[in-house]
Amino acid sequence: MIGVNKKGEVWVFAEQHDGRLEDTPIELMSKARRLADTLGVKLAAALLGENTNELSKKLIQYGADTVYLVEHPLLEHYQTNSYAKVIFDLIHKYEPQIVLYGATVTGRDLAPRVASAAKAGLTADCTDLQIGDHQPAGNNSQLYKNLLFQIRPAFGGNIIATIINYDRWPQMATVREGVMPMPSPDVTRKGRIVREKAQLTEQDLPLEILEEHKRPKKVDLKAARVIVAGGAGVGSKENFRLIWDLANCLGAAPAATRAAVDLGFIDHDHQVGQTGTTVRPSLYIAVGISGAIQHQAGMNQSQKIVAINNDPEAPILQIAHYKIVGDLNIVVPKMIKAIKEKNKMLDA
Amino acid sequence: MPYNCVVLIKQVPDTKRITGQAMNEDGTVNRSALPAVFNPEDLNALELALQIKEKFGGKVTAITMGLPAAAAILRDSLYRGADDAILVTDPRCAASDTLATSYIISCAVKKLDYDIVLCGRQAIDGDTAQVGPQLAEKLGITQITYLEQLIELNGNTITAQRNIGNGWQRVKAELPVLLTVTSQANESRVAAARKIMKYKNALAPVEIEKTVKAQNPEADEITSKELIDRKYTSLKEKGLLIKQWDMDYLEADLNWCGRSGSPTKVHRIQSVVLTAKESKNIEPTDEGIEDMIHELIKDKTIA
Repeated sequence: MIGVNKKGEVWVFAEQHDGRLEDTPIELMSKARRLADTLGVKLAAALLGENTNELSKKLIQYGADTVYLVEHPLLEHYQTNSYAKVIFDLIHKYEPQIVLYGATVTGRDLAPRVASAAKAGLTADCTDLQIGDHQPAGNNSQLYKNLLFQIRPAFGGNIIATIINYDRWPQMATVREGVMPMPSPDVTRKGRIVREKAQLTEQDLPLEILEEHKRPKKVDLKAARVIVAGGAGVGSKENFRLIWDLANCLGAAPAATRAAVDLGFIDHDHQVGQTGTTVRPSLYIAVGISGAIQHQAGMNQSQKIVAINNDPEAPILQIAHYKIVGDLNIVVPKMIKAIKEKNKMLDA
Repeated sequence: MPYNCVVLIKQVPDTKRITGQAMNEDGTVNRSALPAVFNPEDLNALELALQIKEKFGGKVTAITMGLPAAAAILRDSLYRGADDAILVTDPRCAASDTLATSYIISCAVKKLDYDIVLCGRQAIDGDTAQVGPQLAEKLGITQITYLEQLIELNGNTITAQRNIGNGWQRVKAELPVLLTVTSQANESRVAAARKIMKYKNALAPVEIEKTVKAQNPEADEITSKELIDRKYTSLKEKGLLIKQWDMDYLEADLNWCGRSGSPTKVHRIQSVVLTAKESKNIEPTDEGIEDMIHELIKDKTIA
């Protein structure tokens, strides 16, 4: 645990695997940059690995003022203990006021281990971060200024909690994938690379990694401009063809609710929501989706929402910009027809 | 060789069945309006421990930290095959965040003999997935998170497959380890009728007091104390006493428990009420749909 250090930097853990930066730390950079600017401090990235020097430049282009680069043969593959030890040592050396991690499998494995060792607070799966003041209840209580507001859904997405940590720093949080937009790199940005030594031995690698299989996702929902999503209301795997057809004629990505995935209509890679991917497309077409709060949590940042449901009381209609109460088996083919006709007109 | 497994379980509000009635007007959750359930992935952790016991021998101990009502999931664990159940309950645990919780549970686990500590990957009320890794750090043992398959236990080594999001990873480690178990790992068994018959009367001391007082509302203090003592002794003799540990028994440093042990605090809670700023009703007719598509093309929402 470190004390309150108002001059401390804002840090992002720059998760990389096999020399490739993950998306989430890059997504985090633009938000972290704004937090650092609000606080008037520097933004730094903590980059651990072996032969990862090249990635430092990239982190600077995405907004880092400083990159703490720790290269060591024992850091080539991520392991909880070795990475936690290095991050812990860096935190105690530099006393950052904020440390952010992506809420990836790795981030959620690492951050709590660091938090426990550092006896610091950690908030999981934030969907937003802000700087603000906090006054505990009670008369004449001390006002804590410029704290990190760690904003996250809880109780299955039914409430939004703002968590703070005013005494035992650093203020740490993991941030959900996909909730912050990917910034564009600025190739002219300049920054400082600070090389740090790691004190590691084989004892810090208690795991033997025997085998690893990675498969590309079947669909890149985060990058899709338009998404057509189906829910349990679509009825069957065969009928889910409607979702694929509508997606195809729009050049959109097909997606689904957890219910539709559980029913076997489509693969989990297509799942949007609290336990799936968080998306923010220009257009989200929700077909036969009732709109459970867990699903809404993953798509309510969409710029426009079209909802088709035969139940006028379906919660999804509350957040839709275009509400269509009707049978999806009639409405979706009509939409496909209308789009094809428009395309023909444009081609002509 | 036999393995001693300690399974950490949690009683949670069934967030999947949340409705408007479960929300207070100030936006907080009315926990009492929600059914309390066994956290789903903790059932997978318990199942894995029971499978290990069946294959290699050993003992399965279920522990929970919570309100006295959490004894219900300890009984449920006994019904499914756990050998021992421990309720960690103490008003001084209230308002613990994940760090304080992991400290308290570490004090309890240190009182036990263990080779493998198991917990669900995450609980459905907070979805943090933090207590497992924090506990592993406090115990100073190796953690294997996101376990989707136990491949092998051989003497002092474990081989397991983790779900790493975009694929899987197989790792090998020396015991002791802490595992966080995902729902893909197994299908949890149902309670055995024979064990329900055996354990349905199992109670934690805090429940004995409540039961005796409810059954004997007229009894004076001395009588009810005597009744409580008698019930306690009888349950203990029958092996139906759920162990109950408090902070004094755990010799926990109170500075690290409850509110004072929790660096994170709640600044604000808001209920989620989402509504579109501008919305239009579209008729499910050719014309209505054509107009909508036209509008979406015109404002460049679709190309």
